[in-house]
Amino acid sequence: MAGSSALNRFYLLLLVLAVGGGGLLFWQTQHRAASIPKNVVVTVADTAGFQGYMLGDSAAPVVITEYADFQCPACQTFDVVQFPDVRRQLIDTGKLRWRYRDFPLDNVHPFARVVAHAAACVNDQGRYWEFHSMLYQGQGTWSRQSDPSDTFRGYVKQVGADVSAYDACMKSAKYAGRIQASYDEGIRAGVSSTPSFVIGGRLYEGVQMSDALKTVVDSLAAAAAATR
Amino acid sequence: MKFRMGVAVLGLAGLMISAYLWMFKHGYIGTLACGTGGCETVQLSPYSRFLGVDVALLGFLGYVGFMAVALLGVQPAWVDRPGPSRLLLALASGGLLFAGYLTWLELYVIHAICRWCVASALIVALIFLLSLLDHRRFARR
Repeated sequence: MAGSSALNRFYLLLLVLAVGGGGLLFWQTQHRAASIPKNVVVTVADTAGFQGYMLGDSAAPVVITEYADFQCPACQTFDVVQFPDVRRQLIDTGKLRWRYRDFPLDNVHPFARVVAHAAACVNDQGRYWEFHSMLYQGQGTWSRQSDPSDTFRGYVKQVGADVSAYDACMKSAKYAGRIQASYDEGIRAGVSSTPSFVIGGRLYEGVQMSDALKTVVDSLAAAAAATR
Repeated sequence: MKFRMGVAVLGLAGLMISAYLWMFKHGYIGTLACGTGGCETVQLSPYSRFLGVDVALLGFLGYVGFMAVALLGVQPAWVDRPGPSRLLLALASGGLLFAGYLTWLELYVIHAICRWCVASALIVALIFLLSLLDHRRFARR
């Protein structure tokens, strides 16, 4: 009888542990904060055919590569204040091709990677640059939220992309390797802060004024024309 | 009987940990609760698979094995038989070797420590100890 009683208590303990542990696991699946893994192993497939988010004429004489983080306030300042002029004066006129690369600063920006992944998922639907602008314009809102997933979904709707396809893409975390590759490329280029720009093989750190960029681009474009 | 009960309880704890790691690897959980930050590095490294199978899945199956044998061993018809003890000791020896190999990989190859993997390795070590004590119970007879 004593053995039977001990066995019953043992079964009860196992049951409590199983229900408690199973409940915790289930809770994790239901209340997970949006997240994209970092430091993933980059495979060839992650970067095949992708050089970055490109804007402008592929025949433009000058290319600027921007390394930025959607949650970085200085990147927002550049994108909202300076970039519209750069786009109008240099990109739309065929003088410049813009190349945007993710450089998530995970230590200071907890949503850096998830927002970069959100943009990659919207890029699948051809709405990248609209979404890119909305993210920077709304940075002050989503950056302060505990979980900005629903805000991002709202932006997805506003740019006219399909939310269910976006959700499936986010769940898959399929661009984690591509984002890591972009970050690794920035490290190799000497980037340590955002925004940083590589123009004509030279690294420029911090927010750049559109007038200064215009001067550099005109100079490089003239040099390129002279060597033709 | 108490040693086998201990193995079953530890097996359940290990089973939960391996399920947690497997669910992370397959995207069912966003981030791992991991203070050192090394969990993701370990879980997303090429060494998180062994012979083409997820290590977390192998762990899950191993803990199911521990639990099944231990639960059988506490049944009145089996409690005084040495068979479950021998089987538990054999399983635990293999598990301990494998856990040692994985810990070596973390320390010297991946250079990152996943605390959940360390917890799992400690559980396997404890299961080995309990299995050894249970086995000695029959060896003394």
